[in-house]
Amino acid sequence: MPEAGAPLPEAPPSALRSRVVQGKVLRLMALATGLAVLALAHLSSLPWLAHGLALLLLALIYVGWRPALRREEGRLSEAARVLRPDAEFKLSTVLDALGAPTILTDRRGHIVHANAAALKAFPGLKQGHPVTFFIRAPAMLSGLEAVLGNDSEVRFELLDHIPVERSYDVLIRRLGGAPEVGHLAIGTAFAVIFMTETSAAKRIEAMRVDFVANASHELRTPLASILGFVETLQGPARDDATARRTFLGIMETQARRMARLIDDLLSLSKIEMSAHITPSAEIDLVAALRSVVDTLGGLAQDRAVALKLTLPEARSLVAGDRDELLRVFENLIENGIKYGQSGGVVEIGLTPVEDAVIGPALAITVRDFGPGIAAKHLPRLTERFYRADVSESRVMGGTGLGLSIVKHIVTRHRGRLGIASIPGDGATFTVTLPALTPK
Amino acid sequence: MTQHIVRTFDEELGLLSSKINQMGGIAEAMMVDALDALSKHDVSKARGVIERDAQLDALQHDIEELAVLVIARRQPMANDLRQIMGTIRIASDLERIGDLVKNIGKRVTVMEERFLSMRSLSGIQHMAHLVLGQVKTVVDSFAQNNAELARHVWLHDGEVDTLNNSLFRELLTYMMEDPRSITFATHLLFIAKNIERAGDHATNIAETVYFIETGQQLSGPRPKGDTAPYSLSAKDV
Ligand SMILES: Nc1ncnc2c1ncn2[C@@H]1O[C@H](COP(=O)(O)OP(=O)(O)O)[C@@H](O)[C@H]1O
Ligand SMILES: [Mg+2]
Repeated sequence: MPEAGAPLPEAPPSALRSRVVQGKVLRLMALATGLAVLALAHLSSLPWLAHGLALLLLALIYVGWRPALRREEGRLSEAARVLRPDAEFKLSTVLDALGAPTILTDRRGHIVHANAAALKAFPGLKQGHPVTFFIRAPAMLSGLEAVLGNDSEVRFELLDHIPVERSYDVLIRRLGGAPEVGHLAIGTAFAVIFMTETSAAKRIEAMRVDFVANASHELRTPLASILGFVETLQGPARDDATARRTFLGIMETQARRMARLIDDLLSLSKIEMSAHITPSAEIDLVAALRSVVDTLGGLAQDRAVALKLTLPEARSLVAGDRDELLRVFENLIENGIKYGQSGGVVEIGLTPVEDAVIGPALAITVRDFGPGIAAKHLPRLTERFYRADVSESRVMGGTGLGLSIVKHIVTRHRGRLGIASIPGDGATFTVTLPALTPK
Repeated sequence: MTQHIVRTFDEELGLLSSKINQMGGIAEAMMVDALDALSKHDVSKARGVIERDAQLDALQHDIEELAVLVIARRQPMANDLRQIMGTIRIASDLERIGDLVKNIGKRVTVMEERFLSMRSLSGIQHMAHLVLGQVKTVVDSFAQNNAELARHVWLHDGEVDTLNNSLFRELLTYMMEDPRSITFATHLLFIAKNIERAGDHATNIAETVYFIETGQQLSGPRPKGDTAPYSLSAKDV
């Protein structure tokens, strides 16, 4: 986006210069005071003690003031340099340094400058186009209308739902000293939109409700089964050694499932909690995939499944969260091994693609040759606790949360998850993530 | 778009576009509220959705009037005419989406709360989220003059249909298991149908946007959920 070179409000360099001068004068005055005290000490009745004190005072003034003054002077001259009218200086540079999404508009509500944070939060924003072409929420529209009309400022809450839920406190304010609307040229900054994200607080609230509901519902079944066995062991099967062994085995399986459930629910909550923050660490997918395949080697061997990796030589970078991306690949490959076991092979590939929505992207595919997934289940697999075959998933020790976690992580990375399957010929899971183009 | 010497004509076109945008924003917000009202059984929110539909009707009316006026006064040629006619069509599709969402609101006001914990709500929510994404993306494609984005929406319509079919089966199972839930489940069936049809209108809009931008019809094989084998394209889920 081209920089919008709105000039800074007139900087008065003369005022700055006088502050520097003031500093110097102050230092001189301090020195003079010290010398005066020294002179007084000469005249006093306790010359040596007073001399000592006066010298100490001077030293203190010198040591204490000098660095402070230097710092102040440095800052001031730096500021003076930056603010010098002739300096190469753009308001947009300052705005880009702000962490909160901030947009300058002209008197028609068209974008004069959208700072870096705004572009990150609303990637479509284009200079010269109306803000409301990109942020269509009715609240934004009426807020802007008010400020472009008569109000000097408005505040409101903005809710956004796609791709992830986000909420903002928005303040729209006319720029101070902006002349009457009619006199301002089109394309000149007139109002500023300042957004403070409040998603986190909202999420905590929603999450608490969700978590309790889900956890209590899903934990009830294994818990009931454990209690049933405990009762049997206390009663009818009290002295039956064989039954005890079998039942304890089942109870252990159920308890482990509960533990896994809690783990999965917790990580799902954690991921949902940060869904509004796009992760930004630089991750090499080639290395990540290699490491996941290494970890899952044992499981694959146990099930007699070969893992076939086809990766490019070069590093393939995305902006992401390493642990989360590892989890995505782990879940998909593990599903391939578990549910596609009969096919004997799981193929894992990575290719650069051009995506209509995402732009330059990397596509990671995990393909197995097992029984595949019936069409009616396909679009629903990522819903929480959805399983194509409940009993099979139970046997495999599944929780029905794996793909839900995958989907959430992928969405948070502004990517996409695709599932394709021909029943009888295995399933292909494709994760498409925005590629990080090296700067 | 080509530059016009007459400034006000561009401004008129801009006004039409911004009204479409406004309609899109309202439709999206209504949809979010309707779904929220459904899952929390918030009757007053549902009423709000029903009332809001009038805004969409009014805007559609505005757009039609303005468009007719512009055509009559300026007698625009090829590209511009295509854009203006397209705007009218998009406005009517958005207005229809509003009606469908309003119906969801109406159902919420008469539904019984006690079956609300039914699992299939998560299916409905999933579907609504997909359609909301489609509506948002297609209005984006219009605002950004992006034919490719419109094509993307058009291509991904099949997912919504598949989801609707799967939901239908699921709800049927519930009804058979517990006859008391039949009324509630029937409401959900119709809500799902409404959402699916809102998705169809998003697809119509995608076709219009594509036509405005390229002068061509979107055509070729499209992975329609009911018929196409699932190998054709990876479904977004
Ligand atoms: N590669 C696959 N082949 C066939 N079915 C699969 C595959 N991956 C996932 N599934 C189905 O999707 C369901 C959901 O998967 P997931 O969310 O990972 O949960 P879990 O593995 O804990 O059951 C599984 O229960 C299984 O029925
Ligand atoms: Mg799994």
